[in-house]
Amino acid sequence: MAIKALDILPKLSEAPGISGREEEVRNILREIVGDHVDELKGDTLGNLIAYKQGTASGDRIKVMIAAHMDEVGLMVSAIEKNGLLKFKKVGGIDDRVLVSKTVFVGPQRLPGVIGAKAIHLQKPAERKKVIEYKQLYIDLGFTSKEEAEKKVSLGDPVVFATEFANFGKGLVKGKAFDDRVGCALLAQVLQDSYPFDLYGVFTVQEEVGLRGAVVSAYAVEPDIGIALEGTTCADIPESKPHGHATTLGGGPAISLMDRTSIGNKRLIETLMRLAEREGIPYQFRRTTAGGNDAGPIHMSKAGRPAVTLSVPCRYIHSPVSVIDTEDLANAGRLLKVFLDELGKGGVEL
Amino acid sequence: MKALIKSFVETYGPAGSEEQIRSLIEAEISGHVDEVRTDALGNLIAVKKGDGSGIKVMLAAHMDEIGLIVTHIDDKGFLRFNSVGGVSPHVLLGQRVIFGNGVVGAVGAEKLDHIKDLRLDKMYIDIGADSKGEAEERVRVGHTCAIHRFMDDLGSRVVSKAMDDRIACAVLVEALKRIDGTPHDVYFVFTVQEEVGLRGARTAAYSIDPDLGIAIDVTRTGDTPESITMDVRLGGGAAIKVKDSSMITHPKVKRLLADTAEAGGIPYQFEVLEHGGTDAGAIHLSRQGVPSGTISIPCRYIHTPTEMIDMGDVKACVDLVVAVLSEPIDI
Amino acid sequence: MDNREFLRSLVQEAGISGYEDRVADIVADELGRLAGDVRRDKLGNVIALKRGSGPEPRVKVMVAAHMDEIGLMVTKIEDRGFIRFTTVGGVDQRTLPGQEVVVHGEQPLVGIIGVKPPHLLSPEERQKAMKMEELFIDVGLNEEEARKVIRVGDLISLRRDLVELDGSFVAGKALDDRAGVTVLRQCLEDLNRLDHRADLYAVATVQEEVGLRGAIVSTYGISPDIGIAIDVCHGDMPGVSPEDTSEMGKGPALALGGNVHPKVRERLVAAAGELNINIQTEVAPGATGTDAWAMQVVRAGVPTAVVSIPQRYMHTSVETLSLADVKAAGRLLAYFVALVDEGIREELKWL
Repeated sequence: MAIKALDILPKLSEAPGISGREEEVRNILREIVGDHVDELKGDTLGNLIAYKQGTASGDRIKVMIAAHMDEVGLMVSAIEKNGLLKFKKVGGIDDRVLVSKTVFVGPQRLPGVIGAKAIHLQKPAERKKVIEYKQLYIDLGFTSKEEAEKKVSLGDPVVFATEFANFGKGLVKGKAFDDRVGCALLAQVLQDSYPFDLYGVFTVQEEVGLRGAVVSAYAVEPDIGIALEGTTCADIPESKPHGHATTLGGGPAISLMDRTSIGNKRLIETLMRLAEREGIPYQFRRTTAGGNDAGPIHMSKAGRPAVTLSVPCRYIHSPVSVIDTEDLANAGRLLKVFLDELGKGGVEL
Repeated sequence: MKALIKSFVETYGPAGSEEQIRSLIEAEISGHVDEVRTDALGNLIAVKKGDGSGIKVMLAAHMDEIGLIVTHIDDKGFLRFNSVGGVSPHVLLGQRVIFGNGVVGAVGAEKLDHIKDLRLDKMYIDIGADSKGEAEERVRVGHTCAIHRFMDDLGSRVVSKAMDDRIACAVLVEALKRIDGTPHDVYFVFTVQEEVGLRGARTAAYSIDPDLGIAIDVTRTGDTPESITMDVRLGGGAAIKVKDSSMITHPKVKRLLADTAEAGGIPYQFEVLEHGGTDAGAIHLSRQGVPSGTISIPCRYIHTPTEMIDMGDVKACVDLVVAVLSEPIDI
Repeated sequence: MDNREFLRSLVQEAGISGYEDRVADIVADELGRLAGDVRRDKLGNVIALKRGSGPEPRVKVMVAAHMDEIGLMVTKIEDRGFIRFTTVGGVDQRTLPGQEVVVHGEQPLVGIIGVKPPHLLSPEERQKAMKMEELFIDVGLNEEEARKVIRVGDLISLRRDLVELDGSFVAGKALDDRAGVTVLRQCLEDLNRLDHRADLYAVATVQEEVGLRGAIVSTYGISPDIGIAIDVCHGDMPGVSPEDTSEMGKGPALALGGNVHPKVRERLVAAAGELNINIQTEVAPGATGTDAWAMQVVRAGVPTAVVSIPQRYMHTSVETLSLADVKAAGRLLAYFVALVDEGIREELKWL
């Protein structure tokens, strides 16, 4: 069965998988790619490493492509006497997106709400202040600590309760597009064969410090690294054009530089050349903020060239994000053309 | 040596775009070392083999300078940018910048209510183009630029942009040329991307796996009017670093450097830097750990277009490097 | 020597990050005696090895506690002999005014972090916390005399002996994490009475307070199958939310979150159950702020866990904790190690 990124994205998006609790996403991906690869391994941190031996005889280069399975979310940190839950944030979340949202708690996915004081009960001055996450609670409908403790434990993962759906024209909405879009693209790429050895690594704990990439890059020791991401797209009102980072519908975004790596110039030029040759729209990620798995990958041991290719996502790190399905498709096309070129020896490392 | 320094500081090379300065340094050292190679990240690694009785020493000076990267070109041909390394918006105001292809630009800023509102995202580069198309003929999104400034010779002191860390590159080149017979295998590493996170040093240290690491970098001083509290001054000699944000110098290395300076009559001063790091920060945590330290060149106005050093201090640093490498080392 | 004496001997020494030598000597003596084998690595980590009885290649369990403490460092000697300084590690400058210190120059000198008397302070001044740059140390010497003994870069430690509070409670400086090193001692002592197949590397790490540096390189050198960090966590006190603290004297806290391998944690919980040791949970959504954060991502990764001793007033010179918790943690770890056999490698796999 052919793997198409857009087909598998809904299931990947809705699956819960905060940093450190990626098991459901890992299981879904195992099922999807299992039959298409030579070996599936889990390493010490829980990264899913899909290995495809290259078809070429003789010396083969090692290509590592990484997409992270984890999403930002919350974690139960206390169960109060009245059955309400306190929580801590996992990864970077702006406190202001939390209030008045629905969530799923724990492996059983119990539905809950993050409530806010009714407007009637608030003073005008209060409404101007940000409600910090420490002042918020998750309400699952329990009325006592004993009741809650029967179904909820400290440390239980909490994700936003967002349904994947078509949206607007040619767009889709859902949670965790950062980086389930990358996982979808990587799974898609793993169905083909290549002359080189391919390590498709679905990493863990990217959102809390690029942790999975550090250890998997060390073990794989690739010759070249590619990170696939869902990246920030701020082409919205209240944002000046030079602050957009990427534009929805502008094509896959090539990273120039961020806090964890400066993109390898030859690889960037190759991506540009190939995109232009094939008529694939592309853009640059026009900000240097943020970081991703390419950081640890290019820096591991004695270093190697690496580059990041992203699908623009509006509203990342919030309950609902949006991507353009054309951007997703074009990212897949560009990646495929790049890997083909790599296989032909047309990329100087 | 001033001519060497001038050629180094005036060459273009922001972090990630060190090709030009690397070529220059490579040309300068060829013939003086046993081996030269460039690694995956772009570090220039030159080796001078010892007589086999010594240890493996890695010396590091970074080739990269701070700069700016173009992130957006607007309809009128103005360039928006982010920083490459630590660039202060206030220092940038009124400066000229230069791109790798020689294009020069002026830095401007949006109207501000108050100067303290100045931030990099309220600034832009003007290369004199009237439209996006015109600008794009000369510069593209992703291109980096450095401060455009020439060196001035003030006599015993010299001032320029990029003393951080081209002055150290010059110190290493001088030392490399002067060393004549060393027991140690010495790796002179001209690193890349120090300004964005000590990156070149990290990968180079892993591949070299040295017994001892010494970085050469600039450090601040406390000898200007109403300065920060710091007992390092221009003219005080080679600064032997005790601590900075990235590393606490191994006590044995601190002693080695101080004892060598004392024995050789080389003027030196101890240095504690509250905020800032060097390549030794990356080297000392490589693999199972590497005893490391830093020899610093005192420098006023770091990360500005007018970084100032003292030639006496520079000479002391060269002397110290040569002296350390000339004798057996017990680490 | 018992835990109390060992801890006292450790906190009486100055062992600021990067300069742990004197503490390391005491630790190496005692841990080496109990383990049978001890060495120091390139950055000064003390690595004691107690070999297991299993066949080679034996499972390697590494348990780490940091022996460095936060402190201060001389940055300048001013006219009239007053010393200016910077911090080594996270020192809250508000705990410093009026504190006695030792300046480790050519000889150790007693110093006082001086303060303006209240009579000379305006009401506004008294409302504001003092800034680090405003603080200075008085060693009672003039500039010339001071310069003969003290140089830029010399270390400055806090003067505080172990304070014996009621029962099992003690207070002092550097209990973070010399209490953890004492846990290592207890663990090795108990392990001498138990059979264990795995090798135990009891490591007193350096430079944790300035970036987990000792843990990075010592873990690389040992390449363990399991890594457990022993540190302190916040003990309950007024003004701090209970979800951020653990109860004093109610047993060690086990961290829960991405920095902890679920199977390692499971085994620790099971071991505590068998020994009837009460344990608490510390929810850690990201970095635990301990050596385990570094250990977990060394080389191709290490399954890690964190065991913490509840402690009040962290990073002050009156850190307070219960030696009963220290003992319980040591016993727990010994039992955990004793239960580790070759099968654990399979058990730790995620797939």
